[in-house]
Amino acid sequence: MAESRVAAPADSGRRRGLTAYVLMAPAVIVLGLFFVIPFYSLVAASLYDPGGSDKAGWDVTYHFANYWEAIKLYKGQLLRSLLYGGAATLICLVLGYVLAYAIAFKSGRWKSLLLVLVIVPFFTSFLVRTLSWQLILADDGWVVDALQFVHILGQDDKLLATDFAVIMGLAYNFLPFMVLPLFASIDKIDPRLIEASSDLYSNPITGFFKVTWPLSLPGVVSGTLLTFIPATGDYINAELLGNTETTVIGKVIQLQATNANHPHIAAALSMILMFLIVAMVLVYVRRVGTEELL
Amino acid sequence: MSSPAEAGSSYDGLRIRALNKSFASFHAVKELDLDVPRGSFFALLGPSGCGKTTTLRMVAGLEAPTSGTITLAGQDITDKKPYQRPVNTVFQNYALFPHLDIFENVAFGLRRRKVSGVEAKVKDMLELVELEAQARKKPAQLSGGQQQRVALARALINEPEVLLLDEPLGALDLKLRRAMQIEIKRIQTEVGLTFIHVTHDQEEAMTMADTVAVMNAGVIEQMGTPSELYENPASTFVANFLGQSNLIEGTVQSSGSDVVTVDMHGIGVTIPAHRAHTDGGKGWIGIRPEKVLIGAAGAELDAPGNTIPGGVVSDVSFFGVSTQYLVKMPWGQELMVFAQNTGRDPIFRTGESVELSWRPEYAFLLDHAQDVKAGAEEAS
Amino acid sequence: MRWVREHVIALIGGAVLVYLFVPIFLVVLMSFNDPATRNVYRFDGFTLDNWLHPCADPAMCDSLALSIEIGLLATLVATVIGTLAAFALVRWDFAGRSQSNLLIFLPMAAPEIVMGSSLLTLFVQGGFAGQLGFVTIFIAHVMFCLSFVVVTVRSRLAGMNDTLEQAASDLYATPQQTFWRVTFPLVLPGILGAALLSFSLSFDDFIITNLNSGSEVTFPMYVWGVARVGLPMQVNVVGTLMLVISLVIVLTGEVNSRRRARALV
Repeated sequence: MAESRVAAPADSGRRRGLTAYVLMAPAVIVLGLFFVIPFYSLVAASLYDPGGSDKAGWDVTYHFANYWEAIKLYKGQLLRSLLYGGAATLICLVLGYVLAYAIAFKSGRWKSLLLVLVIVPFFTSFLVRTLSWQLILADDGWVVDALQFVHILGQDDKLLATDFAVIMGLAYNFLPFMVLPLFASIDKIDPRLIEASSDLYSNPITGFFKVTWPLSLPGVVSGTLLTFIPATGDYINAELLGNTETTVIGKVIQLQATNANHPHIAAALSMILMFLIVAMVLVYVRRVGTEELL
Repeated sequence: MSSPAEAGSSYDGLRIRALNKSFASFHAVKELDLDVPRGSFFALLGPSGCGKTTTLRMVAGLEAPTSGTITLAGQDITDKKPYQRPVNTVFQNYALFPHLDIFENVAFGLRRRKVSGVEAKVKDMLELVELEAQARKKPAQLSGGQQQRVALARALINEPEVLLLDEPLGALDLKLRRAMQIEIKRIQTEVGLTFIHVTHDQEEAMTMADTVAVMNAGVIEQMGTPSELYENPASTFVANFLGQSNLIEGTVQSSGSDVVTVDMHGIGVTIPAHRAHTDGGKGWIGIRPEKVLIGAAGAELDAPGNTIPGGVVSDVSFFGVSTQYLVKMPWGQELMVFAQNTGRDPIFRTGESVELSWRPEYAFLLDHAQDVKAGAEEAS
Repeated sequence: MRWVREHVIALIGGAVLVYLFVPIFLVVLMSFNDPATRNVYRFDGFTLDNWLHPCADPAMCDSLALSIEIGLLATLVATVIGTLAAFALVRWDFAGRSQSNLLIFLPMAAPEIVMGSSLLTLFVQGGFAGQLGFVTIFIAHVMFCLSFVVVTVRSRLAGMNDTLEQAASDLYATPQQTFWRVTFPLVLPGILGAALLSFSLSFDDFIITNLNSGSEVTFPMYVWGVARVGLPMQVNVVGTLMLVISLVIVLTGEVNSRRRARALV
């Protein structure tokens, strides 16, 4: 009994002891070896002497010009990736917000079932469901036919292999990453606060922007990040639903990384992409975050 | 009561006519008629589930009535949205906006209506509720009593025609609740607005309101000043829910214009005609425990009414200021007696024989068709 | 009209839900498709052939077997390692705890293409360029599944009341007994959920795998390869099966937790 006293949780609730390091070690080793160290490899590779090759070997010569070279060659694809990612995130935010709001406030006892339904489509393969969109948006498919019939689309217009198809595919594939954190935030809002705002002369629209929206901001921030980051790095949608003009940075990195002569370009592009994402995230979190977040 | 046709037009208070609210299979409010005079402190009192909160929410516009009309100062507001009516609510658990500070919470309604001079008005209001120092704090940093006052200020600042208070003190502990009762009463007197206060706490309703409506199962059982309701309840529900009552079976023998005579287990009892709420036949004779006098068997009791002999004390609880007895009567019923500890009479012990008596003008007579236990369990 | 206005949010929400299911419905439909030509991807007629002969293209079934094998192995390893780490993070206080939390979080926030290319760079620099294959895919999958396991188990553990464990030790349970009879059964649903998530992440990954697979072909890579030349309809059979199996697992969990919730009332 006396011994178990020593090991028993103290008032803080957390125990101290060497066991913690034993428990933590495997995860730290795996992530250290295969996440942190590769990052340093990447930094090194981005500073290779561009004259090297896989055969002759590569030297780290702090050749920062690799970055300028990469930007010069692929600034179009970089910009396009950020635009696609941003547009898809915006669509996800609008659609996801309505869905999360409806599940949180309008679904009654079906709440948990509906949440499951939001996740279920994502248990089929990412590629298979993206290819499914190929079929839906196909030039001779019924969606195009119907839109041409009502003259929203002209006879020669199409949906597949356009920017629209890529953005819509991205929005589709990353929607759950938006809905789940949004739901978690919205579900916590006391409905009486919305009633109170209505009682205090807010019409539904001002009530939403003065009460519901600010209270759901934590979910908006994490949902936006969880959508924007993978959508910007993704190239599956751009390749399967786009055309030769919609190549994104992910595809470029993939090609350059497996090209024996250009690992330094792939590495530099990866670094640039990371840097851009981190910078945008910081600006975004700061703008949304400081004042309004609880 | 006036008919729906003439409802509103000239009445300057809140007028409710034939109001109904049904949820799926539950009829929460039934054919409710109610007049709340301008400037009054009105309490809707009833057990949980009696329809009082639903009524309040319909007045606030947060719930749409199934049928009926609500008019305020002559204007029909039945179909108005909550943000379109001059009514504000102090919500149960306050519903303060957690992301706004106290100042902005209080300013919320003014800003939505684009009223000028927000700064000064909020300052005055915070002064009224003694929270000037907390203006820049978030609600979570305040104590329960302070949050309560913020909720009150946030609603009051809009100078509504009617202020609704939905169990406003329910979350506070007893001592704070007493203090807030006095505080709210003071503020109401000061601002002179119409307050409608929904509560299940009969003591709270009686101390604060000048008119109380007792609600049960979707209808108003009785309405009046607190003392009217307490002294002359018209139904067994009111008699039991508001304080405690002894209800004794009796048969009406004669009813004159002044008094009704009732046979109570072989003893003749008289009750003033205006306190008899039954048409004849059987009835429940009601008497409040503190109105019953108790004395040793054969002793002289200082009351003009009949003496009821043959009681045996079956339980004694000593409270300091008073003693509560349960007295078993010859007909088997146990009556409750509260005796002030004036020191003049001895305190009786269990098993002693006693006699009971009361002044006839304190008794009341209720309809025998009503459940004798109605309201007894719901009362807290 | 009034009804529409009052339910506009629920209606739009429902439409979004339909949007989520349209492609899924097509996957199921196409699994019964009898294609006229391999080049045109549209519904030509109903057949059970795809279901009866799922391995008409043996390459598909080989890739499927590889994905399942890697998925199971990576899930097993990631779940064990991740669960240990979750326990350390929730129940123990140690130097570097907050840094560990950050380390767990970062892989979830990094774009896949960056993780994939950096891992490839490491393998190439380490001289394993010629040995890319099963082992490198496995390593990559363990790495990116790990964080999700830790986060899932951690939230389950954090939501658990440790008074139950105190009650157990008060009732004469040794620390081992307390762990196996009280703690573990309570955390188990979280661990199973983490394993399910981990398997579906591994099974579905394309971008990281594509960079580190050498000549091995996983199921998503197979689909990628055949997408240009014409998709065998059996791919939709696999898609449908994945959907049904995970639906069954998730709904069983849901029904169980509802039943348990009702039993508690």
